[in-house]
Amino acid sequence: MTDQTTLQYTAEHEWVLIEGDTATVGITAYAAEKLGDVVFVELPAVGTGVIAGSIVGEIESTKSVGELFAPVTGTVTATNDGVVDSPELVNSDPFGEGWLIKVTFLELPPLLSHSEYSALTGE
Amino acid sequence: MTPELTERYSPLHQAHVDAGASFTDFAGWQMPVRYSSDLAEHHAVRTAAGLFDLSHMAEIRVSGADAAAYLDYALAGKLSAIALFQAKYSLILNAAGGIVDDVVVYRTGESEFLVIANAGNHFPALEALTKRAARFDVTVTDESDDTALIAVQGPNSLTILQATIGLTATDDLGALRYYRAMTGAFTDVPVLIARTGYTGEDGFELYVPINQALALWNALTTAGADHGLVPAGLASRDTLRLEAGMPLYGHELSEATYPAQAGLGRVVNLAKETDFIGRAASEEGPQAGSAVLVGLVSAGKRAGRASYDVYRTADAHTPEGMITSGALSPTLGHPVMMAYVSPSIARLGTEVFVDVRGTRIPATVTALPFYSRKP
Repeated sequence: MTDQTTLQYTAEHEWVLIEGDTATVGITAYAAEKLGDVVFVELPAVGTGVIAGSIVGEIESTKSVGELFAPVTGTVTATNDGVVDSPELVNSDPFGEGWLIKVTFLELPPLLSHSEYSALTGE
Repeated sequence: MTPELTERYSPLHQAHVDAGASFTDFAGWQMPVRYSSDLAEHHAVRTAAGLFDLSHMAEIRVSGADAAAYLDYALAGKLSAIALFQAKYSLILNAAGGIVDDVVVYRTGESEFLVIANAGNHFPALEALTKRAARFDVTVTDESDDTALIAVQGPNSLTILQATIGLTATDDLGALRYYRAMTGAFTDVPVLIARTGYTGEDGFELYVPINQALALWNALTTAGADHGLVPAGLASRDTLRLEAGMPLYGHELSEATYPAQAGLGRVVNLAKETDFIGRAASEEGPQAGSAVLVGLVSAGKRAGRASYDVYRTADAHTPEGMITSGALSPTLGHPVMMAYVSPSIARLGTEVFVDVRGTRIPATVTALPFYSRKP
């Protein structure tokens, strides 16, 4: 179980785990709950260059479509095939097995702390 | 026109909070969108049973010597022809032949009917029904604030109702046919028990005074515990009705939609001997070439959603249709959509393309419903 207080967050309801120059990205439990049961995940290919704030993937539930925004500028180094095969992992373990992509970056933009993100969602 | 600026709550609201529901705004009401998983709730209704709170819907009582003749004038169908405790799906049309609301009508007496309107059309429906009553000996009473509606839907529904402590019916519930109703009681208050629903499964809808709604909800929950009953939210209700090919007002139906376009031509009774609001326009019918409602299926997992464009070919510039509802069907495992399209691409089996956020996905025109329960 990932300690959510050590993660950073975006206003687009992504969580970001920083390890060296790599950011692991997923969507928060709050976002997963709002989406409902996730039935389809589309992720960028490994090697894709992404720009912070741009849309790089889609997370679809039966009811709606959520967009995955790149939280940092860099290159996708890994994607979670497990979540493409079993999209329900986004709901069942959003901070763990439901991770989406890993991106290497040169510079870290300002992100939200756990308390700042909690204030944003009111939870 | 919109007196409600504040959020409204069902009489069952606390039960939903206690059950861990997420809420969504529906026509000003805070209603459960899901309790845990909308997929699990959907599958429960198809295989066992689901419990729905539909207390936001509007109940309008029509009574008086002219009640049957009045409804023949106010609605598109011939309500005078239905038997006591029969239910009928009907439409409130405007003078131009468009749809003010789609309703279910129960005949609760020789000169008494109960009209169930959509929550989002509570006031337009009430206003139309009230205005149209002027020259009839009839009283139109809005009972929405006093009435809760609880639906039990799914193959185990009958067993659950029969096992519910305190719920009694005046006759054998098992012999009650689809689109029929009977009176009953819960503890000491009257309940209208109808074999109707909006899921494509067997099921019942129970109209109960609000002060007994929570007790009835709890009794049904207890009775259903051994029969796979789960509380189900509006998210699953939407995917269930979509699979069953049932139109949803605001998506497939509107003031600008003719019933014939929506495949509801049969609901407008032009053989009726008497005049009704919307009759002249309905006789004319929609303009030649007007879009018609079709079902679409596609492969893969990405469903076209409401408002997405439909094209004749992969590279056509001009859309010839628009999706009104769409989802990855939980039961069928592939996307299902309803769309209004040009008649020239409406033929069953026609290959069309849906623009899913910039990607054109091939889809096939298919007959509605997408899903029918086995008899």
